[in-house]
Amino acid sequence: MKKLLLPTLLTTVLAACGSDPATTATQVKDNADDSNKIQSVTVQPDKDGRRLSSELNDLSRQGSVYFDYDSFVIRAEARPVINSNARYLSQNRNAKVLIQGNTDERGSHEYNLALGQKRANAVRQALKLLGVRDEQVEAVSLGKEKPRCFEVSESCYAQNRRGDFNYQ
Amino acid sequence: MLTIANSHTYHAMTKTSHPLSVNTFRGFFRALCAVLLGCLALNAHAEDSVTIDIIGTGADRIPIIIPVFENESSLPHPVSDIVRADLERSGAFQLVDIGPLPLPESRTPDLAAMKARGAHMALAASVRPSSDGGGRYEIRFRLFDVQKPEREADIGGMMLFMPPAQHRLIAHRIADFIYEKILHIPGCFATRIAYVAKIGARYELQIADSDGVNAQPALRSAEPIISPVWSPDGQRLAYVSFEARKPIVYVHVLATGQRQVLANFKGSNSAPAWAPDGSRLAVVLTKDGLSQLYTINANGSGVRRLTASSGIDTEPAWSPDGQWIYFTSDRSGGPQIYRIAANGGNAERITFEGAYNVTPRPSPDGKKLTFITRNEGRFQLAILDLASRQRIILNPEAARDESPSFAPNSNMILYATENGGKGVLETVSVDGGVKQRLSIQAADVREPAWGPLLK
Repeated sequence: MKKLLLPTLLTTVLAACGSDPATTATQVKDNADDSNKIQSVTVQPDKDGRRLSSELNDLSRQGSVYFDYDSFVIRAEARPVINSNARYLSQNRNAKVLIQGNTDERGSHEYNLALGQKRANAVRQALKLLGVRDEQVEAVSLGKEKPRCFEVSESCYAQNRRGDFNYQ
Repeated sequence: MLTIANSHTYHAMTKTSHPLSVNTFRGFFRALCAVLLGCLALNAHAEDSVTIDIIGTGADRIPIIIPVFENESSLPHPVSDIVRADLERSGAFQLVDIGPLPLPESRTPDLAAMKARGAHMALAASVRPSSDGGGRYEIRFRLFDVQKPEREADIGGMMLFMPPAQHRLIAHRIADFIYEKILHIPGCFATRIAYVAKIGARYELQIADSDGVNAQPALRSAEPIISPVWSPDGQRLAYVSFEARKPIVYVHVLATGQRQVLANFKGSNSAPAWAPDGSRLAVVLTKDGLSQLYTINANGSGVRRLTASSGIDTEPAWSPDGQWIYFTSDRSGGPQIYRIAANGGNAERITFEGAYNVTPRPSPDGKKLTFITRNEGRFQLAILDLASRQRIILNPEAARDESPSFAPNSNMILYATENGGKGVLETVSVDGGVKQRLSIQAADVREPAWGPLLK
C-alpha cells in the first residue's frame, strides 16, 4: 500500500477503496474552516478625536520643520518655529508635545520609520538645548505613512520630509 | 453575474511564442464553458473571480494536464480552475491543455496520448454527489506519471468530501497534494496571506487565501497599519498601528479579534518579528534614542535590548533555526543588511553590493535571503544565496518593489509593488521564472505577509 501524506485538516480517514491501492479516502471536517474564521475589529480614532497630525494646527508655533533629502540637520529657516515652541514649553511646564517625524515615500516602510525618528529626535534635541524638559517631549515617527503631498515630484517629497509639533 | 467566476483572465502574455499562449487561449474558452454551465446550474459567485497576470515565463517547468473534472459542471463552484491557477503560479508547472473533455478517475487515461501532447503528468478526476446525503460532493482523483509504464504510472490519489462552500480550500489542497507528490516539497496553496488595503481614507488589515481571493478584514482603522507578521502557529498577527498618533505594536488573535498592546514605549514601536518558537518577538524601539533592536516576550514582558549601535537598526527577521536575527542598519552610512546572534553579540555584515539594501527576509529553509535593493533609484526585489553569496535581482525592470515575504515552502516570494500609482501584490518563483499579480478585490494594497503552513 502506497503511503500518502495526508493534509492535516483532512482528518477522518475512511476505508480505502479496495481495488485501488493508490486512493485513500479522507474527509474534510464540516468545520474545517473554523481556523480560518476572522473576527473583524474596527478601531476608533484616538480618544480626543484628533486625527494624526499631518494636518496643520491653527497655532503659529505648530509650523513644520523641513529637512533636506537624507538629512537630519535642522535648517536655519526652521529656527523661528523651534524657538517659539521652546519658549511656549518653557513657559508652560505642564504642556506636552508629540514631535512626529516624516519622510518622503522612497524606500521601505520600516527604514523610513527609522529615518523619520532621526528627524523627530533632531527637533527634540534642539528643544532640549533651549531648555525644554525631557518629560515634556515625545519624539515619534510616522515614516512615510502620512504624506502631506501625494505627487511624485521633488517639491512634493520636500514637503513630506518634515517634523510636526502635536500638542496633547 | 457578468463576472467570469473561477476562470483565469489572462492579460499580459509572454513575448515569446510559448505554447502556453495557445493553451491558455483554449483554457479560457474551457473556463468560459464551465462558467456558463455553472451559471445555468446555479448562480455564479462574483466574489470568486480571480485574475492572474502572467508577466514572465520560466524554463524547466513540468508539463501537466489538469483537465476539467468529470461532472464538474454539477458543482456550484468549479474547482479545477483553482488547481490549475495554483500550479501555474508556483512556477514549477506548465499547463498542457486537452480541451473540455474530462479524464474520469475510474479509468486509467490514455497515457500514450497524454505523452504525445508533451505532458509528463496528468490528473484524472471525477465529481459526484456524496451518498451520505449531506449536500456534499465526493471528489476522487488520481495522479499519473505518463512517462512510466502503465502499471507504475499511478502515483497516488485521494477521495475528498467537499461541502460546497469549501471548494476553494479543497482545490488548494488538491494542488498541494499534486505539488508535494511530484516535487517532494510541501505545497502551500492552502495557506493564507495578510496585507493592508487602503480603501479611500481608511486602512484595512485583510486576510485572504494564498491566491488573494476570499479576503476578510481583520482590522479597520482610520490610520495606517504597517508590518503585519504571522505568529508561527498562524493564529495571531503582530503589526504596527498608528491609531494612537504614534506607532505601537499590537498582537491580534484572528479568530476572536482580541488585540493586545505588545510594545508601547516612549517614542516609536515598530517592526515586530516572531521568533520561530513563538515565545518572543524582536521589535524596534526608540525609547533609548534612535531605532534599535530589542526582544520582548509574546505577552509584552521581558524587554531586552539586542543592538547598541550609534545609527539605525531595524527590520529584524529571525533565521528559521532561531539562531540569528537579520536586520537593516545604517551603521556604515547607507542602509545595509547585517545579522546578529539572537542572544546578542557582534553584528556581521551580509550585503556589500549596492548602496541601499533593506528588508532582509530569510527563507524558511534557511538557504536564501530576500531583500530590496536600490538600483539607480529603483527599488527591486533581490535574492541572495546564503552559502554562495550570489545575488540575483529578481525584478530588473521594477521600480517600487517592497515588503518581500517567503512562501512557507521557500519556493516563491510574495511582495508589494506599484502599478499605475496603486499598490499591487505579486508573487515570483525564487528563480525569477514566473511572476504573477494577485488579483485582490481592494484596488490599493501593500505590506503583504505570507502565513505559515496550517498545522
